[in-house]
Amino acid sequence: MGKVVVVTSGKGGVGKTTSTAALGAALAQRNEKVVVVDFDVGLRNLDLIMGAERRVVYDIVNVIQGDAKLPQALIRDKRLDNLFLLPASQTRDKDALTPEGVEQVMADLKRYFDWVICDSPAGIERGATLAMRHADMAVVVTNPEVSSVRDSDRIIGLLDAKTMKAERGERIEKHLLLTRYDANRAERGDMLKVEDVLEILSIPLIGIIPESSDVLRASNIGAPVTLADAKSAPAMAYFDAARRLAGEDLPITIPGEKRGIFGKIFGRKAA
Amino acid sequence: MTKVLTDARSIRIKGRSFLAVVLSPDLPLDQWLVQLDDLAARSAGFFLGRPVVLDVSDLAIDRAQLKALIEDLAQRNVRIMGIEGARPSMMEPGMPPLMKGGRPAADFEVEEKEPQPVSETRNSAPDKPVVQEQRQVTQSIVISEPIRSGQSVIFPEGDVTIIGSVASGAEIIAGGSVHIYGALRGRVMAGSVGNASARIFCRKLEAELIAIDGVYKMAEDMDPALLGKAVQLWLEGDVIMAETLF
Repeated sequence: MGKVVVVTSGKGGVGKTTSTAALGAALAQRNEKVVVVDFDVGLRNLDLIMGAERRVVYDIVNVIQGDAKLPQALIRDKRLDNLFLLPASQTRDKDALTPEGVEQVMADLKRYFDWVICDSPAGIERGATLAMRHADMAVVVTNPEVSSVRDSDRIIGLLDAKTMKAERGERIEKHLLLTRYDANRAERGDMLKVEDVLEILSIPLIGIIPESSDVLRASNIGAPVTLADAKSAPAMAYFDAARRLAGEDLPITIPGEKRGIFGKIFGRKAA
Repeated sequence: MTKVLTDARSIRIKGRSFLAVVLSPDLPLDQWLVQLDDLAARSAGFFLGRPVVLDVSDLAIDRAQLKALIEDLAQRNVRIMGIEGARPSMMEPGMPPLMKGGRPAADFEVEEKEPQPVSETRNSAPDKPVVQEQRQVTQSIVISEPIRSGQSVIFPEGDVTIIGSVASGAEIIAGGSVHIYGALRGRVMAGSVGNASARIFCRKLEAELIAIDGVYKMAEDMDPALLGKAVQLWLEGDVIMAETLF
């Protein structure tokens, strides 16, 4: 049985889709079978980031409504054999997702894949709650600024209340992924410090992704950053985050920074 | 088989004791009834919904007089559930049953003026053992995780203790005091059911709003010197007082 991971944030534009694609491709490069699922029905983007927009025939809504079989809707990545995409529909809205349909799709995907990574839409409505509903783990994507942190806090509360795991009385594993982090701006005090974000959200950190033009460049060529340029700073940070997600214990660093005071602080905080 | 099982089930008879009010009339009855009217006027509804027993053991009256007395009481909305100390010759069908084996309890105090809710009046009965049993236990809840934005903790019964922080956009509403072993960034309302002695304690004050017994203070009204400090807040009159802890 595979693990279902929801990538969520509450706030839009913080990097959920980028992170879903990057983590998916990073886990697939560890020779695990991975599917990334787009839950953003009506505003789908994951197909673009994965470079599969011209290959979408059927989508998750077709599968739920019985118009297509699940294997027909899955798109295999051209670069990695064990990475798949289940796209969202662009012409429908989120009401087309039914709880029973989503449950069935998740159960089927878990049987065939080691990792099912769900890209949640922004907000706390139907699309977002259905995306998190069947998750075993959550990656909470947060930018180091107050509105993103508060929205993430709200989402963590929902993860503890509205997921199947929570309703069964179990605890859903939650991880913080801090994205678009700019060390220079943080030093000047223009951004929240890492320790401030951790203090407010109080969930373990699995990575700090630096703000980088490499991320934008990768999006534009339609490749997850961990495939486009594996040696870039954000890609290396995503690789490390994927290893932590898989259960490895590594000290947290910001790629491109010298390991000094930062390494010590983050190493301690991540423990 | 099923039928046998059903038939074998017996009627369940349970014992239950109620504290009854005992009325012991004095002669002459007319005068006693005037006194009773006087009491009823001062404490309307005292007999309402209360089991009343009529004690006639020291009363030299006959069957007709007893019947008249019961009727007089009925007119005053005092309904008799039983008669104590009456000779069998005084009883007739239609009268409340004769009761025996009553054990004395403490006297009832009649509340003056306004009608009181029955249960409260009963609580004030100066019957020592009973009062001790009914003493209210202070209730409290302990939550050992942070309260997230958008979450509410509502506990009108008593104190709330949070081991963790209360996020911006979260709220705690407690009937009693609120203890936060973490940062308070959200809203806290203590003493929400009219408890002016409730207090708020936190490790780090960054609250959006705090209120005690309906008196509230917004973030901008708080002394900047207290922000980020461990603080306790309480009410003095209509003013919220605050001081740093440790």
